[in-house]
Amino acid sequence: MRAREPKGPLDYARSTPLRLWVGLVLVFLYAPLACLVAFSFNESKRNIVWTGFTTDWYGKVFDDGDLITAFVNSLTIAALSTLVSLVLGAMVAVALWRFRFPFKPAFEGLVALPIVVPEICMGVSMLVFFSRILPWPTDLPWPLDLGSIVIAHISFSFPFVAIIVRARLASFNRELEEGAKDLGAGEFRAFFDVLVPHMRPALIAGALLAFTLSLDDFVITFFTAGPDTVTFPVKVYSMVRFSVTPEVNAASTLLMALTVVLTIIGLRIQGRDVAEMGNG
Amino acid sequence: MTAKTLIRIEQLTKRFGDFAAVDDVSLEIREGEFFALLGPSGCGKTTLLRLLAGLETPSEGRILIDDVDMARVPPNKRPVNMVFQSYAVFPHMSVRDNVAYGLKVDKVAAKERQARVIEALELVKLEDLIDRKPDQLSGGQRQRVALARALVKRPRVLLLDEPLSALDAKLREAMRFELARIQDKVGVTFVMVTHDQNEALAMACRCALMHKGVLQQVATPSDLYEYPNTRFVADFIGSINLFEGRLEVDEPGHAVVASAALGVPIYLDHGVTGASGSTVWVGIRPEKIDMAPRDGDAPPDQGGGAVGHNVVAGEIRHSAYLGSETIYEIALATGTIVKALRSNIRRYEERGFDDGDSVWLSWDARSPVVLLS
Repeated sequence: MRAREPKGPLDYARSTPLRLWVGLVLVFLYAPLACLVAFSFNESKRNIVWTGFTTDWYGKVFDDGDLITAFVNSLTIAALSTLVSLVLGAMVAVALWRFRFPFKPAFEGLVALPIVVPEICMGVSMLVFFSRILPWPTDLPWPLDLGSIVIAHISFSFPFVAIIVRARLASFNRELEEGAKDLGAGEFRAFFDVLVPHMRPALIAGALLAFTLSLDDFVITFFTAGPDTVTFPVKVYSMVRFSVTPEVNAASTLLMALTVVLTIIGLRIQGRDVAEMGNG
Repeated sequence: MTAKTLIRIEQLTKRFGDFAAVDDVSLEIREGEFFALLGPSGCGKTTLLRLLAGLETPSEGRILIDDVDMARVPPNKRPVNMVFQSYAVFPHMSVRDNVAYGLKVDKVAAKERQARVIEALELVKLEDLIDRKPDQLSGGQRQRVALARALVKRPRVLLLDEPLSALDAKLREAMRFELARIQDKVGVTFVMVTHDQNEALAMACRCALMHKGVLQQVATPSDLYEYPNTRFVADFIGSINLFEGRLEVDEPGHAVVASAALGVPIYLDHGVTGASGSTVWVGIRPEKIDMAPRDGDAPPDQGGGAVGHNVVAGEIRHSAYLGSETIYEIALATGTIVKALRSNIRRYEERGFDDGDSVWLSWDARSPVVLLS
């Protein structure tokens, strides 16, 4: 048998205190989520004692018209804001990467600002903006009534996309683009045939981030939503104000499952892309 | 061979800020030739190539290809294709798609496209790897993809940016012949940028040597080596012994240069047409210096010159054995070190010269080159 190597100081899999530490982190991270999921299958109306297995709460979720509306609203907002953030963020990234222009550092800072500004400040400023400066009409048909929320979500999502894509562009070989042009491609053709494929993993990561940021945003949405538009997190908050029912658990579990599935798909595509582009 | 001029470069200048990367270059490249732009790194040769491709715009001057001014022609409309130094093979496309790309952009019909892709890949002997992705190819294979991709468009000129620099020694040697073979077959004019003089000498019909953005000399490889026109050219191409001297005699039939560094006058069998008494530099290539053991005081006769000229005594200080040849460093009485190269036509043990030996160095009156600047 091979002699065991001496234990390193950071060899956490073999050191008892470190193993304990890792265990604690995992417990605090996942136990609440596990409870949430478990109690969504609980027969009792209260989240305290386990009385028996049921899927009734999921049925109730699908019967609850308000909750479904809120859920559809959230998905619509997330989809729209992701789409716009993606285009906007990618364009900002390309501009920052390729061109030199006056006040570029200031521009770069301004783009990153929404990431560092506290959400509550963003929320309040959006509230003021949409009530005083650009009042969003209240009686618009769906989905136009979500416009103010979508705009708010774009404003805090696209900087993340821009930063991720900008980082990816740093590894781009300019000769690839010149090669495409040399072979006959015009400016746009070269952009879409060569630069966009290179950006793809970053675009996917950015989209994933923008989507989840939008889906679970509460604070900014709370301040920008009109009286008649409700998103899923806002709806859950209003339900929880009375009591945490297993219905909320069930709805949250569904949302969690959705984001996990989306993330897995995104990472799969990204992993494949990165493996392929690695040898550029 | 007097082929017609394909590329005419007229007083071309390219500035980056205050720095002139290409400085007033005028040059003609002929149809079907293998032309090399040679020079040390940073001499502007790559900028010149990029100007030809249209990837840079000239600050002054013109480029004409087939008598058409390229000033307003963007890179994607020029009859020119390039093999980039990094090859720039598209990583997300298969070999087939890489080679087909330029034809797709040009909207060549699928059937013809298919046939031309196969033909181009056969030319570079890559037809078996048609469905591979670039990350499954070696560096040399990727270069072949880049070559096929450029040639499939049937350009008037193929530009090659340091095509051999990224390859290992054996492959580089093989690729030299390969490039020559391919050029022979397709008959396209090749313009190659290289910093490696051996590459340029071995492959090119003609070379242009550049230094600090300025064209130094345009000549065939052998003329560039045997008749350099400046000290920079003489020194850059190969190795040379340079002696500063004064032009003593300058007649149509012969000339004599006195050099304090050498200690003996240098006799040349041709006139120099320089101002008498002016400072000149005489260059003698190491392989053109003959070496003989020095037994007595009677120097060997070189012929063609007066006695006492073109012969000097020295002592071997150091020798570098390079397998096929040996380079000797010989110290003269004046302290000057002269390099002499001897082919090892016998085995090392039979070489006949050792460090510390006293020798006569001599050269033919036709061998030295006289440089006025």
